[in-house]
Amino acid sequence: MTVAACPGCIAGTPSAEAAAQHIAENDKAIHLALPQIRCAACIAGVEGVLARLPSVKAARVNLGAKRVRIVLSPGYDASAALQALNDAGFEAHELDATALRPAGDDTGRRLLARAAVAGFAMMNVMAVSVAVWSGAGDITREMFHWVSAAIALPALAFSAVPFFASASIALRAGRMNMDVPIALAILLAAATSLYETFAATGAHTWFDAALSLTFFLLVGRYLEHRARATARSAAAELTALELPRATRLTATGRETVDVSALMPDDRIALAAGARAPVDGIALGAVMVDRSALTGEADPVAVATGGPICAGEVILGTPLTLRVARRAEDSTLRRLAALVEVAETGKHRYSGIADRAARLYAPVVHGLAALAFVVWWALTGDLYHAIAVATATLIITCPCALALAIPAVTAAMTGRLFRAGVLLKSPTALERLAEIDTVLFDKTGTLTEGVARLPALDAEAASVALALAQASDHPASRSLAAALQGQMPADLRDLQEVPGEGVCGLWHGALVSLRRGQEGPELYLPDRSIPLPLSETPRVGAAEVVSALRGRGMEVAMVTGDTAQRAEVLAETLGIATVHAAVRPEDKAGLVRDMAARGKRVLMVGDGLNDTAALAGAHASLAPATALDAARVASDGVMLGGDLSAVADTLRLARRARSRIRQNLGLAAAYNAVAIPVAVMGFATPLMAAAVMSSSSILVVLNAVRR
Amino acid sequence: MNILIVLIPVSICLGAAGLAACLWTLRNGQYDDLEGDAARILLENGEVPNGEDRQNPRPDKTA
Repeated sequence: MTVAACPGCIAGTPSAEAAAQHIAENDKAIHLALPQIRCAACIAGVEGVLARLPSVKAARVNLGAKRVRIVLSPGYDASAALQALNDAGFEAHELDATALRPAGDDTGRRLLARAAVAGFAMMNVMAVSVAVWSGAGDITREMFHWVSAAIALPALAFSAVPFFASASIALRAGRMNMDVPIALAILLAAATSLYETFAATGAHTWFDAALSLTFFLLVGRYLEHRARATARSAAAELTALELPRATRLTATGRETVDVSALMPDDRIALAAGARAPVDGIALGAVMVDRSALTGEADPVAVATGGPICAGEVILGTPLTLRVARRAEDSTLRRLAALVEVAETGKHRYSGIADRAARLYAPVVHGLAALAFVVWWALTGDLYHAIAVATATLIITCPCALALAIPAVTAAMTGRLFRAGVLLKSPTALERLAEIDTVLFDKTGTLTEGVARLPALDAEAASVALALAQASDHPASRSLAAALQGQMPADLRDLQEVPGEGVCGLWHGALVSLRRGQEGPELYLPDRSIPLPLSETPRVGAAEVVSALRGRGMEVAMVTGDTAQRAEVLAETLGIATVHAAVRPEDKAGLVRDMAARGKRVLMVGDGLNDTAALAGAHASLAPATALDAARVASDGVMLGGDLSAVADTLRLARRARSRIRQNLGLAAAYNAVAIPVAVMGFATPLMAAAVMSSSSILVVLNAVRR
Repeated sequence: MNILIVLIPVSICLGAAGLAACLWTLRNGQYDDLEGDAARILLENGEVPNGEDRQNPRPDKTA
């Protein structure tokens, strides 16, 4: 995929991918997210409902991904299927197929194929080796060595490719990594065993050890890949959930349309904090945040008539965008790259795995080299010295170490996914385990605002609606929802000041929706009307606070709201520390202060004003209802409306950390016994096989137990 | 010990057959939705009217 430079994205030719999509249009396949399915009855229900629809040709549920893939007859769209599923009681959302990665996971499949070859070859060689271990005589023994070589060498040549490739890249760049000792061990073992097969001096062959080493390492590699792929596809799914709809401005008002239905020269409305779904021209001066696309931290000013690219986040002011290119031709596909940037660019946190690997390679090389030199010096037998060094490399090779961390990460991210929490970053689990302070945003995170409005005259209502529509703040959203059915007034120069409110010009006079004592207040040129929002705590809010405090964590609340309102809520929920009337920029400062005092802060927030704090905190979570800017900035997203997921996440993260430590301890204990034996030259292939398998299985079982 | 001349090729052939079967399941996409397939065994035959299992067994392969 080529990524066009930003100003160039307005011109240019439609991509080949877009052209390919047109060809496939006859038999259109769509994906729906089904967040609540969890059992066989749900599969039967969903597929049954869909099968009865005339527009559906075929449907198949993927329970693991909580998704259904539907093949539609030409000329239909998803609306009938969505309607039918919602009527039947299944929550369903359409996913944007262009943002989803292909379901087929080629890398994973190739790793599994390599592991399968290594595994089957290992079993066959071991079956033959049993005879040798139990003392087969001269000719039989030689024949068995030849048979082992015939199976092992081609299998190794196929299976061990990932290690050779990675090791050669590292060596060419003058670096060391985990794969260098592994590749060296496999090569040396194969070479000395082949020599032994030809020379038949009566020494051991290590074909089975080399194969089982490859097999266990490939299993570890696959688990690691799975955990990473889950995180990536979760992030891609969020993007896919976000994008298909846009608000189009027509002569008669606003309408919600599919992004793919936008045509050049349409006008679409973007609220502050929204991400542009297509490339277009700004009709108004605006600040945009390109950091997710370019890595530039500072917002960029775009003048009226300037280009906006798909994926850029609008800051401060709501904006009307004139569509320049259709979604398929836009830089929409860059959102896939964006997800990766958000994943990798955020924290330069080095995980336990990195640290273990950095320690491991020099130690093993040093030991093997030492064993070689000492044995050669003592006995003068070059062949025997090489054999001892090989045994050292093989026996210390990190079967258990390679599985210790990926097995735990894969098991725990899978468990979190089932609990409705998606982690985007691979190190998030480790960072979450270190948390000792949890900072909640109030509005939209701890509470769900429900507007209970006083009677408004038509004039005030229309102005209030126009102002509320211009912002994505939860209070504005619920206001806009409560005022549905009114005609929005025609306001100009709409501007959102995060933490303050929204203002605009109405017939030349300043009107605004601002924070007052009792919630939002509407300021008209001649009067002001308080619009009290009654806030209800979100489901599970009180439980999560008491659960976290029960585990000795500090729980605090931060809000831009007034101290009085914040304290009322804090009291009901049992939160001791309240930081009220905090401006957005100070939220990030508060997080920094707490970090400076040695606290590891988990920030849970959902709004534009929380974004900086989310990005700055040690770890961060956002509810699925959060603004997309907030979701990009945070490490994980909670899919359900229930806040108790926060406590579960922290509990599972701590358990993951202790499992990783136990596993590393097991691997270290095993090496403490195995290394002296190998260095002293007592290691046999039988011993290597037994110890390698048992330690690997032990580590995996420890990872998956409850 | 001459029996080995028969037994070793037989054991290797069995191993190769197992490997071939494993690779076939892999190509066929049978590891794409382990959880779903575990649940599907509980469904009775015909519980999904006109389900696509019979017409087009693994649609996700091309997705």
